[in-house]
Amino acid sequence: MWLRISAIVMRFFFLHRRSVARVMEIFFWPVMNLIVWGFVTAYLKELALPKTVLFLLGAVILWDVLYRSQQGITLAITEEFWVKNIINIFISPISIGEFLAAICIVGLIKSVVTTIVLGFLAFFFYRFNLLSAGPGLVLFLGNLLLFGWAVGLFTMALIFRYGRAAEALIWGVPFLIQPFSAVFYPVSVLPFWLQKVAYLLPSTYVFEGMRQVLATGVVDVSMLGISFGLNLVYLLLGSLYFSWMLRKVREMGYLSRFHLE
Amino acid sequence: MQQDSTNKSTTDAITEVSQLTKRFNSLTALDSLSFKVCRGDILGLLGPNGAGKTTAIHCILGLVTPTSGSIRIMGLDIARHRRKILARVNFSSAYTALPSNLTVRENLNVFARLYGLKSARVRIDSLLELFEIEATNDSLTGSLSSGQLTRLNLCKAFLNDPEILFLDEPTASLDPDIAAKVRDRLQELQRQRGLTMIYTSHNMQEVEQMCDRVIFLAKGRIVMQGSPAEIIKQSRSRSLEDLFISIARNGHLYQTVDNQEGEPCGSG
Repeated sequence: MWLRISAIVMRFFFLHRRSVARVMEIFFWPVMNLIVWGFVTAYLKELALPKTVLFLLGAVILWDVLYRSQQGITLAITEEFWVKNIINIFISPISIGEFLAAICIVGLIKSVVTTIVLGFLAFFFYRFNLLSAGPGLVLFLGNLLLFGWAVGLFTMALIFRYGRAAEALIWGVPFLIQPFSAVFYPVSVLPFWLQKVAYLLPSTYVFEGMRQVLATGVVDVSMLGISFGLNLVYLLLGSLYFSWMLRKVREMGYLSRFHLE
Repeated sequence: MQQDSTNKSTTDAITEVSQLTKRFNSLTALDSLSFKVCRGDILGLLGPNGAGKTTAIHCILGLVTPTSGSIRIMGLDIARHRRKILARVNFSSAYTALPSNLTVRENLNVFARLYGLKSARVRIDSLLELFEIEATNDSLTGSLSSGQLTRLNLCKAFLNDPEILFLDEPTASLDPDIAAKVRDRLQELQRQRGLTMIYTSHNMQEVEQMCDRVIFLAKGRIVMQGSPAEIIKQSRSRSLEDLFISIARNGHLYQTVDNQEGEPCGSG
């Protein structure tokens, strides 16, 4: 099993090793985001606004974990469509579970690398210490990573079903979630009915928790627990939806048509 | 890799397709298709575009779920033992590609792992040599010519030492010289290893040269089957190419071959 999983991970390592564009894609947008929000934060500090404006930087970095994690797995599968390799993968003895595990590892590696780079840059340019969140940071990151995978599973299922026409979802779906996840503002600023929606998302608890820990130094474990529980539900639903869609795609013969698109 | 098994068994059906039907909404792509492929045979699956050749191969490989019917490969039902079967077969098509931004060796290393080969260096070296593309070892796959790409696809297809090889127009877009070399290599490997091949091609001369048996499909039905010589004689055509044109233009006039159990192995 691990040999087959490592095959897919290795395939993406080889791909990124000599593709400057793909490596830049991991760093470019997150770093640009950090720079813009870093200066906004510096400006807000000049205006003598509370220290909590630093939340913005934390939010930028944590949001990117979710985004990279979702992108890591959806781009991995789309890459196989682009290069007409999907049939070669699907006629090999790799199981869907192994394939998903492999591309989740690819997503994990991308997220970890981006977080480390952004953490360093935030510290050196804006004196923002991500580690000030303490050991709870790992739990924040873990929950966002899991939610990114869950969102990625739903996105991938739609790409399998609708092919290249659905590719825009890779970049679009995370931004559908962002306004309701209270990334840059607390849930309390949302209208009451949207707050209900926000609390259905695991990411909301992470961003609320991050603001709390940066303000008070206290990690609300119960919030992270709810986030983890919701993540398990979404991962289960995502896996079931993906499996169902893959079965439909096999019935409709779309899998064998992707290489013709 | 060079195991000699020229004395192939002709009584052993390695693939059994029974009453295979595939409908896409109102379109019937395969209509109660039944046939057997004997171990060590090269079967040509022929027919005009849209006849159902690729759908049949994709059903056999588990890429497409049939509407009804059964497929048994090496005695195992593909619906239940897909991964076990896929570990022992392989596929090469002119219409699939290996990632262009990986080198030849990187691609083969990835697929070697997918097929469970931990240390594939020697095997990859011997396949690259066999298909005469060892010089491309460190080249990016995207920089290869179409002839080299076809041979790389075949190297991938032989990595797991398959018992059945599915070839979907393997020589399409090749110049006659390279196409002849590819055919020679395939025949050589088939003779040495008793390999079974299921082959689609629009090149009828190639089919006559390569295939022990051919099945002509029209609108998802088998309209003719037998050895190339037999069906040329049976159809009173001058060549397979003439028969192909006739079926392509008048397929609806041909009777469906009543082939519920498939032809028994060893009958030819």
